[in-house]
Amino acid sequence: MEHSTDALFGGYITVLVAIVMGAILPVTALLATRLLAPFSRERNKGATYECGMLPIRRASTSIGMRFYLYAILFIIFDVEALFVFPWVLTFADSPSAYWTMFAFISILGAGLAYAWKKGALQWR
Amino acid sequence: MTTAEFLGIEMPVLLEAFIKVNIVVLAMTVVVMGLIYGERKIIGRFQMRMGPTRTGPFGILQSIADAIKLVGKEDLRPRGADPWIFELSIYFIFVPVFVGFVVVPFAIGWEIRALELGLLYLLATSSVSGLGFAFAGWASDNRYAMLGGLRAVAQGVAYEIPLVVTLLAVAMLSSSLNLGEIMAGQASVPNIVWQPLGFIMFYIAMLAELNRAPFDIAVGESETAGGPHIEFSGIRWSMFQLAEYAHLWIMSIVGSAIFLGGSAWPFGEELGTGYQLLLMGVKSAILIFIAMWTRASMPRLRIDQLMGFAWKVLMPLAFAQVLINGFVIVYDLPLVLLTVQGVAGIALLNWAIQRAVARPAGRPGMAAWAGTSEAATS
Repeated sequence: MEHSTDALFGGYITVLVAIVMGAILPVTALLATRLLAPFSRERNKGATYECGMLPIRRASTSIGMRFYLYAILFIIFDVEALFVFPWVLTFADSPSAYWTMFAFISILGAGLAYAWKKGALQWR
Repeated sequence: MTTAEFLGIEMPVLLEAFIKVNIVVLAMTVVVMGLIYGERKIIGRFQMRMGPTRTGPFGILQSIADAIKLVGKEDLRPRGADPWIFELSIYFIFVPVFVGFVVVPFAIGWEIRALELGLLYLLATSSVSGLGFAFAGWASDNRYAMLGGLRAVAQGVAYEIPLVVTLLAVAMLSSSLNLGEIMAGQASVPNIVWQPLGFIMFYIAMLAELNRAPFDIAVGESETAGGPHIEFSGIRWSMFQLAEYAHLWIMSIVGSAIFLGGSAWPFGEELGTGYQLLLMGVKSAILIFIAMWTRASMPRLRIDQLMGFAWKVLMPLAFAQVLINGFVIVYDLPLVLLTVQGVAGIALLNWAIQRAVARPAGRPGMAAWAGTSEAATS
């Protein structure tokens, strides 16, 4: 596999084609249903589903605080995983690279242990 | 514009990509229909039922009948829904899953396009699908959908890190992120021999990413009544199904390519493409069957158990796996050590699960009941 810009460009042009084709598929399906399916202006069909009762207010838009805690932790660890990606390909013949990453992951592990001890990982 | 060779014919890259993507669209539709029929039949057998029997011989036309019915159903949108996000959500659920097919190696050299960063690309695109669930839940103006969407995102992000890190640990063995190269590198020994713990963790995280039982709290019928897709009807709803089963297919192929030797082991290179496709088909079918088996036999987890399992058990084990792999590779130690470590890790994982089962922690929210008579009696 040659590592030229041409190969890179060709690779991601395929991705672009896949995105377009992937978007065309739902469009076709929606078009088909527009042509084939019945349609009525019955007002109550627009009500949201509420297991047999009429919904009282609009759906609440308040989100539990616990979701934010997990989201913040996720961002830290996901960014870290991105740092590990290039390291995976190049660390094999240098112990110093390995120990650097060891220190990095240890610091993050300490962070996880701190979050755990503080009860941030406990669903309440 | 460069040219590429496809079936022995020189053609522009754009045309080649277009033809290959279209072939995958057709294959995906057929396979998804087969998977839906297979799942209904298999789950039926597990529950001592027959599954679909009426449409066609043994009910094999059931999925086609369902598709025709779904196209003919009225397309509803709730009055209070946010129209733009509601419309966009099905694209955000389906398209990211679909573009994952670009790097999926069906056989040696049989991918739409072998990207050098294939593994990163696959993980990056397939995690966007969680955003679609959040869109669908948010836009539907429905409390169940909202809850389901939030749960889907929380669960998706929690299990994404163990998934990414275990796959990275395997990529360390092949020192490549190209799925085709990882697969071809296992011609003699599949990676599961060196990474048994990695395979188990990948499979658990895969089930969670796919929102499948026992991790289906986001879409569980008895809790959120269907979750994010509760307000989606007819063909719109079928897009959720299509994305779910296409994702299951992708993940099972990727799992068998990375851990089980894909179409390279055993004797993949010698016996030709037909044999490779058969090998890949059998391996991915086994992984899919285990997913259905799990669905039939495991109860659904509670959300606190689910999040705790990802953050407190899978995550430390996954990072430990990366560090141990690195140590063994850097100092050129025999790879058998990894097998021993993997088996020990599985024992540890099993111990953690058994311990949680034997000594269940209190239900979340029990603190609010402390001191009341109900808490005292239970």
